[in-house]
Amino acid sequence: MIVYIIKRLLVAIPVLLILIVSTFILMYAAPGSPFATERGIPPAVLANLQAQYGLDQPFHIQIWRYVVGVVTEFDFGPSFIYRDQDVNALIGQGFPVTLTYGFWSFLVAVLVGGSLGILAAVRHNTWLDYLAVGISIGAQVLPNFVLAPILVLTFTLWLGWLPGGGWQGGQWQFVILPVIALSTSFMASIARISRASMLEVLTSNYIRTARAKGLPMRRVIFRHALKPALLPVISYLGPAFVGMITGSVVIDIYFSTGGIGQFFVASALNRDYGVMMGITILLGALTIFFNLLVDVLYAWIDPKIRY
Amino acid sequence: MTKHRILATSTLVSLALCQPLWAADTHPVTGEPLAADQTFQYRLLDQFPSIDPQLIEETVGGHLARQLFEGLLTQNADGTLRPGVAEEWSSEDNQTWTFKLREDARWSNGDPVTAQDFVFAWRRAADPATASEYAWYVELSQITNAAAAIAGEASTEELGVRAIDDRTLEVTLTQPLPYFPQMTVHYTFMPTHQPTVEAHGAAWTNPANIVSNGAYTLDDMATNEFVRLVQNPEYWGAEDVIITEITGFVINDANQALTRFHAGEFDMMDDLPAGSYPRLEAEMPDVAHSVPRLCSYYYTVNQSESGHEALQDPRVRTALSYMINREVITDQVLKAGQAPAFSFTHWATADFELPAIDYSLWSQQERMEKAVALMEEAGYGPDNPIEVNLIYNTSENHKQIATVVSQMWRPLGVTTVLNNFEWQSYLEIRGNQNFDIARSAWCGDYNEASTFLDLLTSNNANNDGKYINEEVDRLMAESVTMSDPQPVYTQVEQILAEDMAILPIYHYTQTFVLDPTIKNWPTENVENNWYVKDIYRVASE
Repeated sequence: MIVYIIKRLLVAIPVLLILIVSTFILMYAAPGSPFATERGIPPAVLANLQAQYGLDQPFHIQIWRYVVGVVTEFDFGPSFIYRDQDVNALIGQGFPVTLTYGFWSFLVAVLVGGSLGILAAVRHNTWLDYLAVGISIGAQVLPNFVLAPILVLTFTLWLGWLPGGGWQGGQWQFVILPVIALSTSFMASIARISRASMLEVLTSNYIRTARAKGLPMRRVIFRHALKPALLPVISYLGPAFVGMITGSVVIDIYFSTGGIGQFFVASALNRDYGVMMGITILLGALTIFFNLLVDVLYAWIDPKIRY
Repeated sequence: MTKHRILATSTLVSLALCQPLWAADTHPVTGEPLAADQTFQYRLLDQFPSIDPQLIEETVGGHLARQLFEGLLTQNADGTLRPGVAEEWSSEDNQTWTFKLREDARWSNGDPVTAQDFVFAWRRAADPATASEYAWYVELSQITNAAAAIAGEASTEELGVRAIDDRTLEVTLTQPLPYFPQMTVHYTFMPTHQPTVEAHGAAWTNPANIVSNGAYTLDDMATNEFVRLVQNPEYWGAEDVIITEITGFVINDANQALTRFHAGEFDMMDDLPAGSYPRLEAEMPDVAHSVPRLCSYYYTVNQSESGHEALQDPRVRTALSYMINREVITDQVLKAGQAPAFSFTHWATADFELPAIDYSLWSQQERMEKAVALMEEAGYGPDNPIEVNLIYNTSENHKQIATVVSQMWRPLGVTTVLNNFEWQSYLEIRGNQNFDIARSAWCGDYNEASTFLDLLTSNNANNDGKYINEEVDRLMAESVTMSDPQPVYTQVEQILAEDMAILPIYHYTQTFVLDPTIKNWPTENVENNWYVKDIYRVASE
């Protein structure tokens, strides 16, 4: 197992390098520059700007320097747009925010979605099942960019209960709306997946055997059915967790949380090469890590799987 | 006169300060009852890339700079000049300007604001090592050796600005510039505190490090979330400042911002959602405002070699311009009080007299008839159709206008291919003349017609259509030395209209919503320069 984990971590290195190089190439292939302004920049100033950011160097040297900086000093370089700050500071400030609301969203999505799914499967074809399926389909078709304005209209403008945005260091009243908006569609997916797999497990032979032995239903479900039913859910949770803790453009834009989610779009539009690279690497590394975690969890849950 | 005004104001203020205690919560000058809560909240459209005056290049940071820093001169509510750090300014020949600084101007750490601080800041703006994206503004101001210093050919020490003593700043220009004092209002020319900049480098604008000289100082900020400013007790006019705290919330989405405004989360927002103004004005006339804004919207026609052959013919350009029914665009598409434009310079520009351009006086029917005739004369029309490409950057308004205009051009046998690009790509394509017609807009950098008209001189870097007319170049060159250049500006506008150098479409308005308890908002300032130190909140009845 340990050997397997080490092997997977080693493979992650070339994967990340390929990610860096291909992002770098795509970034430079896009027209425009971080310094393009409507008013135009005097050539000497532009030359200095490019020198300041190392853009005057040949492509391979730029990428080499970047990789060396990241690997040796964990330095993601300067932001090309926010000139008073560097990428480490920007991510350092924004990531805890997305991590916070992402984590809570994950908890809500798993707990609510999982319970809904299991409940629906256990009470298959009853009104409870229809209600749970109805809720999850409703949540699924309600994208967060529709949900977010509705939440603000309801809880901020009409009811006046919660602030319509901001973060203020993560005080609870500022966290609730982003968490609802972010977790809803994940919750729906989890409910659907867990319902489907639970249904499948419940119709399998060993469950029938367990019931035939006269075991109480509660015990059948929690002791025998739950673990195998969770397998497909867990493979979904890895990427979903990364998706949630790296935040969401929609959440950051609609709720002004100051998270890193919106950099995904803003850095590309602004051609902020530094932030774009930093965010991509962060997302890439997290994805690799959590996929590994999912695989390890698999082995733990399913005795059939051995690495 | 300037001195008198100061004296008058200070007398008023000292009178007010002598008033008995019971009057403490009324405005010292107007006597209106003031609210207990004197904080001001507003919405920021986007995270500002910088609040370093020499590095700012957009409006969000510009608004913050006007609260945090104070330049030589600032503006009254109507946009006219008033003393800032300089209490007097004069010039014999409009070429050498002397600014006398006030004695009591202080940085937020207590240091006096001296002429050297301005010299430092201005050199810094011109220094290629600073790599200021607004370095061109220093060049535009015609300060001696600015162009050479920016190009790296001269040392910034040679820049035509020097401190004669702590309180006297002398600026020499390469040519007389009667509107130079107006230009000093701009954030690029605000002072910066040398020891702070040198001690902290790029991080000097962090809340923990920053030293500023305006009515407010930076208290706290979080990227993409908020920024908070508090009153600067060292500010020379601190006694007159009523608003104690300013908070800006970064809210990208306009609709979301408007909902939060309605919920009372903040007092002011501009950049309203597209098309929302008429409803807001009808429902809340005391909250929604539309005021002239010094920007012009127009279509650039590529007149360089890469441009469309037919568009090189002024008759075709004129026909296209005649066909644009501007009232439809301002009244049906934009609906926020914009003015149809037949000239490049915004109608509200100071001292500028809108020329009587012929076709502005005709009816749209007449224009359309003439357009068809002109097109025929040029050899084009429905039987000899042309296809032009029109580029615009991503925006719902630009798209709607482009669609409407392309329909208006149809009767001339002109097929318009609409090409939408996001901003950075659009700038590159337009800058490299890879278009036939491009949506454009220009905002005045100072309140004088040359800020617009200079754009269409042949060697201006922003003349993206590559319009060249020697007569325009000559007139604009002559206008700088004139005591009254306005007739020349009018003449230039006439030439631009004859050549149809650009296709003017409309003159901007600034639409915004403002909480009615906030008073003294400078609605007449066409450059949209507001100073929170001038406003106050009255007690709601």
